[in-house]
Amino acid sequence: MENAIRIKDLNVFAGKTQILKNINVEIPKNEITVILGPSGCGKTTLLKCMNRLTDLYPELKVSGEILINDKNIFAPGADISKLRQSMGLLSQRPYPLPMTIYNNIAYALKLRGIRGRRKQHVLVMDYLKQANLYDEVRKRLREPASRLSIGQQQRLCLARGLAVNPDIILADEPTSALDPISSRFIDEKFQEIKPHFTIVVVTHVLRQARRIADNVIFMYMGEVVEQGPAKDFFENPQEEKTKSYLEGMFN
Amino acid sequence: MKRTLKAEETFFRIFMNITTGFILIILGIIIYSVFEKGMKALSWEMLTSVPSGGYYYGKGGGILNAIVGSLVLAFGATILAFLIGLPVALYMNVFLVRRKRLVNLIRFILDLIWGVPSIVYGAFGFTLMVFIGLQTSLLAGIITVTLFILPIMIRSMDEILRTVPMGLSEATYSLGSNKSELAFKIFTRQSVSGIITAVLLSFGRAIGDAASVLFTAGYTDNLPNSLMEPVATLPLSIFFQLASPVPEVQARAYASALVLTVIILIVSLFSRGLGKRYHKTKINF
Repeated sequence: MENAIRIKDLNVFAGKTQILKNINVEIPKNEITVILGPSGCGKTTLLKCMNRLTDLYPELKVSGEILINDKNIFAPGADISKLRQSMGLLSQRPYPLPMTIYNNIAYALKLRGIRGRRKQHVLVMDYLKQANLYDEVRKRLREPASRLSIGQQQRLCLARGLAVNPDIILADEPTSALDPISSRFIDEKFQEIKPHFTIVVVTHVLRQARRIADNVIFMYMGEVVEQGPAKDFFENPQEEKTKSYLEGMFN
Repeated sequence: MKRTLKAEETFFRIFMNITTGFILIILGIIIYSVFEKGMKALSWEMLTSVPSGGYYYGKGGGILNAIVGSLVLAFGATILAFLIGLPVALYMNVFLVRRKRLVNLIRFILDLIWGVPSIVYGAFGFTLMVFIGLQTSLLAGIITVTLFILPIMIRSMDEILRTVPMGLSEATYSLGSNKSELAFKIFTRQSVSGIITAVLLSFGRAIGDAASVLFTAGYTDNLPNSLMEPVATLPLSIFFQLASPVPEVQARAYASALVLTVIILIVSLFSRGLGKRYHKTKINF
C-alpha cells in the first residue's frame, strides 16, 4: 500500500509545553484516515502541521519531518503555496471568503491558474454540483457567501477546496457545527470521492470515526497511542488506553 | 446573595443611563448652540463669496475661501494618509503576524504620536518646510496634516484588521494564496466598513484642526488655485472671526462652525452608506 503522507519524529512545542510528542505516522493514499482522540490532545495541531498552517503561529516550534510524495515539506525552499494547494482544507467552522458565492470558487480557480470566463463558469457550476449546492444557490450566485446557512457555507468551502484540485483533503472536525443532513452529506461525500483523494479527518466523535474510517490514528495527550486499519483498531485494540476510550471511559 | 446581585445590576444600569444621558445632553447643547447662533448669521452670500475688504469688521463677503480650502486640504491629506496608512496596517497584520513583539512596539509608538498635540505637528511641518525650502502653501499644509492624521488612520485600520479571524487567513492560505493576495483581496474586503470609518475619523480630524495648518498652510482671502500658494481653512477662519470685536462677525463664526459641522455630517452619512454596500463574512458561533 502506498503512503501519501509520512510523518517522522514530529515534535511541536508551544513555549515550554510540548503539544506533540515524537509523532511517527503513515497515512495511506486514497483512503480515509481518521485522527481520533479527546479534545486538546493535539489532533488539530497535527493536521495543521501537514500544510504548514503552523507557520502562522509564532509561539509554535515545529521539528521533525513530514514527507508528502517523498518530499519534506519543512525543507528550505519548499514551495508553500503549491504545497497548500495540493491539500484542500475543511475547517471546523466554515470560513467563506468575503465575496460572492460564485467568486468564492472562481477565486480558487484563479489561484489554480485557470483563466478565461467561459472555462471558469463551467467549472464553478461543476464544483457547486459536486458539493450538492448547485440547486440551492443557482439563483443567488451573485449574493455574498455570508448569507448562506452554516451547512451551505461548509459545502461551499468543500467546493472551494476541491476547486484547487488537491490530492489530499484535510478536514478538522468538519461536521461539528453542522445540521445532521449537511453532516451526513459531508461524510458520504468523503466516501464517494476517496478513490481520487487521500482524506484525513480529525474528530473526537467515535461514531463518526466508526462510520467513515479506513484507518485510525488514536491520540492522547500529544502522543500517538495506536494506529492501524480501522477494522483492527475497533475490533482488536492493543493498548489499554484505546480500550478504555472505545468503552467511553474518558471524554 | 441574590439580592446584592440584583442591587448591583440596578445600580450599574442607572449609572450607565445617567452617564449616557449626560454625554448626549452635552452633545445636544453643543450642536444646538452652533445651530441656534449660526443659522441667524448664515446667508447665501456667506457661502458663495470670498471675504471682501472689510469682512472681518462686519462688511460684505463670505467664507468660500475657507470652505474650499478646508475641503481641498482635508481631502488631499486624507487620500495621502490612506495611501500610506492602508499598506502599513496591512503589513502589520498580514506580513508581521509572526512578529508580535515588533507589531506591539509599532502600535505603542503610533499611540504615543497619536497623543502629540497638533501644534507640535505644525512646528515640525514648519521646520520641514524650511529644510526643503517650501513656503506656507497648500502643499505644506497637506503634508503636515497627513503626518498629523497618519497615526489615527493606521491605528484605527489596524484595530479593524486585527479582528479578521485567523480561520479566514488559514482558509485563504490553504487555497494557495500568498501574503499580498491575502492582504489586498481578503483583509481589505473583510474590513471595508471599518476602513471607511478609519478614513472618516481621519478626515474629521484633518478638517477640524487649526494648529497644524497655522504655520504651514497659512491663510488667504482668495480661493486656492495652486499647490504652492497659501490656503484658508475653516478652523482658522472661525478663529479670526471669533477674535473680532464686532458682534456680527462673531455670529458669522458660529455660522462657519455650522458649515464645518454640516460638512462632517455629510461626509459621515455618505461613508456610512458606502460601508453598508459591502458585506463581510459573518462569523458563526
